[in-house]
Amino acid sequence: MSDLILTPNIKNADDFYAELLAAHEGLEKADSDALNARLVLVLANHIGDSTVLTDALRAAALTDS
Amino acid sequence: MNKIFETPLYGYERSPDQDSPTPVRHKVIVIGAGPVGLAAAIDLAQQGVDVVVLDENDKVSFGSRAICFSQRTLEIADRLGCGRRLVDKGVLWDRGKVFFDDRQVYDFNLQPDEGYANPAFINLQQYHFENYFVERVRELQAEGAPIEIRGRNKVEAIGTHEDHVRLEVETPEGPYTIEADWLIACDGATSPARRMLGIDFEGRIFEDNFLIADVIMDADFPSERWFWFDPPFNRGQSALLHKQPDNVWRIDLQLGWDIDKEREKRPENVIPRLKAMLGDDVEFQLEWVSIYTFQCRRMESFRKGRVLFAGDSAHQVSPFGARGANSGLQDTDNLCWKLKLVLDGKAPETLLDSYNAERVYGADENILNSSRSTDFITPKSEMSRILRDAVLDLSEHYDFARPLVNSGRLSQPCTYDGSSLNSADALNGPAGTRPGSACPDAPLGDEFLLPKLAGKFTLLTIDADAPDTLEEDGIEVTRLALSVKDDMTLALKRRYLGDATSAVYLIRPDQHVAARRDSYEENTFRHAIRRACGKE
Repeated sequence: MSDLILTPNIKNADDFYAELLAAHEGLEKADSDALNARLVLVLANHIGDSTVLTDALRAAALTDS
Repeated sequence: MNKIFETPLYGYERSPDQDSPTPVRHKVIVIGAGPVGLAAAIDLAQQGVDVVVLDENDKVSFGSRAICFSQRTLEIADRLGCGRRLVDKGVLWDRGKVFFDDRQVYDFNLQPDEGYANPAFINLQQYHFENYFVERVRELQAEGAPIEIRGRNKVEAIGTHEDHVRLEVETPEGPYTIEADWLIACDGATSPARRMLGIDFEGRIFEDNFLIADVIMDADFPSERWFWFDPPFNRGQSALLHKQPDNVWRIDLQLGWDIDKEREKRPENVIPRLKAMLGDDVEFQLEWVSIYTFQCRRMESFRKGRVLFAGDSAHQVSPFGARGANSGLQDTDNLCWKLKLVLDGKAPETLLDSYNAERVYGADENILNSSRSTDFITPKSEMSRILRDAVLDLSEHYDFARPLVNSGRLSQPCTYDGSSLNSADALNGPAGTRPGSACPDAPLGDEFLLPKLAGKFTLLTIDADAPDTLEEDGIEVTRLALSVKDDMTLALKRRYLGDATSAVYLIRPDQHVAARRDSYEENTFRHAIRRACGKE
């Protein structure tokens, strides 16, 4: 079990960000929302660890600090 | 030929109680001859307790209603002498398909674990279930057991007293009064008994309507559970198709909350919906149509003095997961041995508070599971719909998403974690048999384990010594000595030993584990027996 990583962890961050935008390019809002939802689920399954997932939900809510 | 549910099975007959100058006092009265009431009465009568069942009707349930009975229910029915009949008549199934919009997204096989006398589930119309239970009542009567079903006996008033209840009962020949030491109210979701006692029914977590149809057809659909999310023939809602015996198919169509029930029930509105679902070329006959309305809620307490509530009268859930009748049977399974000990003066009346605690725990578990299924099936917000649809779309392509699909989590026996009747776990054994668990079955040569644990306290020893009998303050415990040397399938080892090499289990009359340890130690087990009877 490892902790949620909240320090920079993506190599070539600009490349990833461009890839993320490209995936949404040309999509209607509904299709973009669906893509994001599927992406969250794919990533969540990859992580698996429930502590990390709980921490990630909390981090994303921006209510902690 | 009349259908089974149109024929009076326990027609009105005048009881000598109606001519008694003073009210006759029985040990136990059960209100309601549904699955739960009949199970309670049979359980008590088998233990020699005088019991009278009052039902305002004289027939088994109209239409299929509860159709899916779990392994635990079948195990309980075995103990009540009717399990075999249910399994022989029921439809066995272990495969299912999930559809989303206009396509199948995946299919599954429940792949039942080997080594149980009973299947994981059977489908059977509630009227067949009740009919077999009434047959069992007749057998017990023939053997001289003190059990009666009084048809068309409608309870009009309940008076509660310190040590008894008094009932005013209406019959075709006028009213009479009877009394009982204890009353078990199994009179369903709308429970008149609950209303008469002025008890609130708490929580309205979710409400919905379902069109439920029993359809007779010679279709070659396999005996599988088919579940649709948002299908073209029922937009924005769900649908379920399940096979029952006698070529009867059960169809559940979710309708939503704000509907015109009378309009939806008319054949001219029902038939086009079914044709859209089954295809225009399928010939079918409607046997029964009903609108089923449910709420997820429970009573705050299942015991009020001398009145005990069981089944739908005490708690209601959504139909997803087969948690209605199955949990009701777990209620009476939990209650009846306790009531017997209290009636015999072998346990304090407070033992019945553990019925409330354990079955409230079970009801909350069912309500939680049922609410989660409902949230998945009927998303409450735009984003919950987007996430739900994402799960279904992913499930078509990737295995990982399939456990997230929730069309109902099928009923599992409740484990009473934290119950005051449990002793601390003192065995490094499998989690599935920790104190509070319902004992899993296991093959013993040509026989099975569970029938040997029925209806009494048992000391189950596996490669461990213990006395053959033990008596603690009026409670008799008998030993069942087993060895892994005889455990050809290793099911006993897998389910009861795990990494341990020996074990001693104290098992309650309802086949739940009260205590376990690697070896017998007299003082520990005497305490555990007292604890399991509410004496510590």
